[in-house]
Amino acid sequence: MAHGTAHHHESNTKKIWTVFVILSIVTLIEVVLGIFKPEFLTRTSFLSMSLLNWIFIILTIYKAYYIAWSFMHLEGETKGLRRAIVWTSVFLISYLIFILLTEGDYIYEVFKSNHVAWDF
Amino acid sequence: MEATVVRTGTEGKTWGGGNEPLKSSYGKMMMWFFIVSDALTFSGFLAAYGFSRFKFMDSWPIADEVFNHFPFLHGVDAPMYYVALMTFILIFSSVTMVLAVDAGHQLNKAKVTFYMFLTIIGGIIFLGSQAWEWKNFINGTYGAVYTNGGNVLQFIDGDGHRVALADIAIPAASDRVEHESKNGVWFESEKAMPSYSIEEIKAGFAANPDLLIRTQIMTEEGEKTILSREESIAKLDNEAAGVVEGANLTRNEYGPPLFGDFFFFITGFHGFHVFTGVLINIVIFFNVLLGTYERRKNYEMVEKVGLYWHFVDLVWVFVFTFFYLV
Repeated sequence: MAHGTAHHHESNTKKIWTVFVILSIVTLIEVVLGIFKPEFLTRTSFLSMSLLNWIFIILTIYKAYYIAWSFMHLEGETKGLRRAIVWTSVFLISYLIFILLTEGDYIYEVFKSNHVAWDF
Repeated sequence: MEATVVRTGTEGKTWGGGNEPLKSSYGKMMMWFFIVSDALTFSGFLAAYGFSRFKFMDSWPIADEVFNHFPFLHGVDAPMYYVALMTFILIFSSVTMVLAVDAGHQLNKAKVTFYMFLTIIGGIIFLGSQAWEWKNFINGTYGAVYTNGGNVLQFIDGDGHRVALADIAIPAASDRVEHESKNGVWFESEKAMPSYSIEEIKAGFAANPDLLIRTQIMTEEGEKTILSREESIAKLDNEAAGVVEGANLTRNEYGPPLFGDFFFFITGFHGFHVFTGVLINIVIFFNVLLGTYERRKNYEMVEKVGLYWHFVDLVWVFVFTFFYLV
């Protein structure tokens, strides 16, 4: 069963703790922002979403990157495997989100402009 | 049997077989394929959640008002803290998992055992926290009234604080009693009745001039609309259909029924993943203890279950963002 890969690994303990600290700090920032909700961030809208929500989503993807690259060790895999995993997910998910959110917004507009009665 | 041996002339060349273009073992690759497909499943759920949110853009509940409990702090408004704690627990169990994998690379059985153990404990604590979160969600805090159109009306006092149904209702003598199977035909029973009837709430509301109704509709400032006293009474008289306390799959006291449904479904599906993750971790833990991987001189099984465990953490990062932050 031994693949011969198990022998010459140096310890990555230091890097693991660094990533843990990064993830914790990012989570802490999210929580603090979530509790205080700074006015100018919630008021400012960018691409029909508040700046605060954009910050949350970007920080989430940043965390996801560290978990996948460091903890799941994607950085050590071959380029082919990495792309098979990341590109598949990224393209399919982006498309799904785009189509569903557009549709959701459309239905919201229809309800709002009262072409369809839904609140009896 | 020699006849079956075919020489293709490609031995040792790229397409001759026997090489590993992705330099990854079969098991690890299959785990990755599973993770990608599972990630797409979760994205489907979360995107559907996003769809419903966009559809009810101006009437979705505010997360901070729904998830504001913390153990031993009764009646204290503590948004975010508990879920932040849960997130830290899960991230930390991910760290101990990756430390176990790291120790496995050095064939250090004692360390792998120790870190696997910590990972399992972290997973169990997370599951317990999840259960507590569900308990609060299902029981609810204040209660509300639902309308014929499926909306939720909540009650506030003059200062804008939420008021619980128990503080409003004037108990009436002519209460209808819940029908239990022991009182009639043995197979007929009904769902648990709410603590108060809609008539009791209406009577109590009319008797207390301080009370106002808060609808789900958001104002420009991102707060829920508060009706005037006259509007409140008219709304309650014309539209109120029943009382709702806490949450189930049909309705909840927080907002659109879909809010409760998605909460149960997505956090439930994630919790199920954590649960199976803990089970698989336990299996691997005992294999480590028994020395299975020690004999193989290879701890790759720990790495594979580690991939799954990190994936569960990864999903939680997104659930955390879309249910509690955004």
